[in-house]
Amino acid sequence: MLTNHAKLMQFFSIAKEVTGRKKLQKMIYILQKNNVPFAEKYQFHFYGPYSEELSLRIEELTNLGFISEEREEKSNYYQYHYQITGDGREFLNQFTLDMPDFTLMVERLNTKSSRFLELVSTMLYFDDLPRNEIAEKVHVVKPKQNYTDEELKEAWMFIDSLQENQLA
Amino acid sequence: MVYKDEQLDEEKVFKDPVHRYVHVKDRVIWDLIATPEFQRLRRIKQLGTTNLTFHGAEHSRFNHSLGVYEIVRRIIFNFRNEPHWNTKERLLCLCAALLHDLGHGPFSHSFEKVFKLDHEDFTQQIILGRTHVHTILEKVERGFSQKVADVIAKTYEDKLVVSLISSQIDADRMDYLQRDAYFTGVSYGHFDMERILRVMRPIDDQVVIKSSGMHAVEDYIMSRYQMYWQVYFHPVTRSAEVILSKILHRAKYLFEKKYRFKLEPTHFISFFNERPVLDEYLKLDEAIVFYYFQLWQEEDDPILRDLCERFMNRRLFKYVEFNPNQQMNQWMELYRLFQEAGIDPEYYLVVDSSSDLPYDFYRPGEEEERLPIHLLMPNNELRELSRQSDIVESISGKKRTDHKLYFPADIVSSMQDGKKQRILELLDNGGAKKHVN
Repeated sequence: MLTNHAKLMQFFSIAKEVTGRKKLQKMIYILQKNNVPFAEKYQFHFYGPYSEELSLRIEELTNLGFISEEREEKSNYYQYHYQITGDGREFLNQFTLDMPDFTLMVERLNTKSSRFLELVSTMLYFDDLPRNEIAEKVHVVKPKQNYTDEELKEAWMFIDSLQENQLA
Repeated sequence: MVYKDEQLDEEKVFKDPVHRYVHVKDRVIWDLIATPEFQRLRRIKQLGTTNLTFHGAEHSRFNHSLGVYEIVRRIIFNFRNEPHWNTKERLLCLCAALLHDLGHGPFSHSFEKVFKLDHEDFTQQIILGRTHVHTILEKVERGFSQKVADVIAKTYEDKLVVSLISSQIDADRMDYLQRDAYFTGVSYGHFDMERILRVMRPIDDQVVIKSSGMHAVEDYIMSRYQMYWQVYFHPVTRSAEVILSKILHRAKYLFEKKYRFKLEPTHFISFFNERPVLDEYLKLDEAIVFYYFQLWQEEDDPILRDLCERFMNRRLFKYVEFNPNQQMNQWMELYRLFQEAGIDPEYYLVVDSSSDLPYDFYRPGEEEERLPIHLLMPNNELRELSRQSDIVESISGKKRTDHKLYFPADIVSSMQDGKKQRILELLDNGGAKKHVN
């Protein structure tokens, strides 16, 4: 019961704070692609992989008081901050979850910008293609972002190093 | 004349209760409708178990797919002289609209969850694999099937084309809201689609709405909100969905334990192994599923037998409201009491959350997690809908989640020992007890 909610709580307990809904979406996707067993279904959307199921589950966890959501007004949009609450920790303590240790991956993902994570998650979305075709595909589906070769190179290094974390 | 431009001698029409008529003039569309893969959609209900709550909801994915095609046909007719619209994409849009749900199976949602499938993978496989649909698409031009698959997967280069089929105000939603409202008989899902189609404008890579059409869009958003609570997330439908998914879990569990079914569940075996290939997937329609459920009512396994009998005869679970923050201890006690009473709580004590059935609400998506609906203002600026509309802002900020605890009240009431009283007390504490009618 509510195991998928508990898995997300485990993520928040490691991450301490996540800033931005887009960043949160991409972090969970990248972890999923690195064999962390989150169950949320993703589809490709305008800004890369997106899960409506995740959005709704986060809304549930917020309404239950397990995570706090703070809205910060920016110049022309709102930004959201997420943190685990005391009730959330209590809820999590009641579960024994069969999950690998993904602390290091979460810490590394949390230091990255949402633009970079959008790139990484998009590349992972097309990971059934050869690497040279993935770069082409990124430019086709994200022409406006104008990702540079350096960014793509950095993203590949990041993806490879995450896989090493996963093996460790 | 080349195949892609071929027109029927006479326009064909399908009488449709929602759009009055669905018009077909392109030979390609006519041929696609005639394929076995598309005709199969007649045997898949659009709303799965909803007909157990709203008896009219017997319409199929076939009806809906034609409806989406018709809406897209009308939109691109309106766009034909717009500067941002590429008229060469017309046939691609029509094919993608018609085929967007091709991979749906029976009771898709439960099947996907239990057997770890994704109907969208099957849509891709049907379009790109060795099928009648694929043959027709490749006759249009080499590589055309890949383009159709990319539009449906939302990875096609022209985002404008994608947004007609899939965005927060798209042909898919506009059809299913109206169609589901019509067939369920509720009065919530209606909005002025004609008006919305008239105020849609293609701008760069998205479809936006002229600000003068804002009130029609408000109505559409309201309709989404009301249909969610009144139809899609109806607690009785959820009860049927809970039982359905427990049947599939039980059958899979028994198969893994080498249980000897009275009739070999041939059609299910690749699903139990979580590896159905396309041919097997296409064979499993609702008629086949019901055939097995009928048979499983006579199985020796008491859980499978009971769950199938409940599903076939609409003897559903009852429910109470459940708050996981305040009632975890009660739930754990209930779980133990059910076990002690010999009622397997894995099958008979089920918490169902709103996120278990993610029909999506409108989301402003201001942090670029998803593209919002944009209004085109008189000065040509784009504004996100909820920033302009108080009604939409109010709905976007509303609590939209809940959790329910489902259980077989008939089994609980027939219990003889002292546990019954305690179980009833715990369930009553869950809130006002409601009954599934």
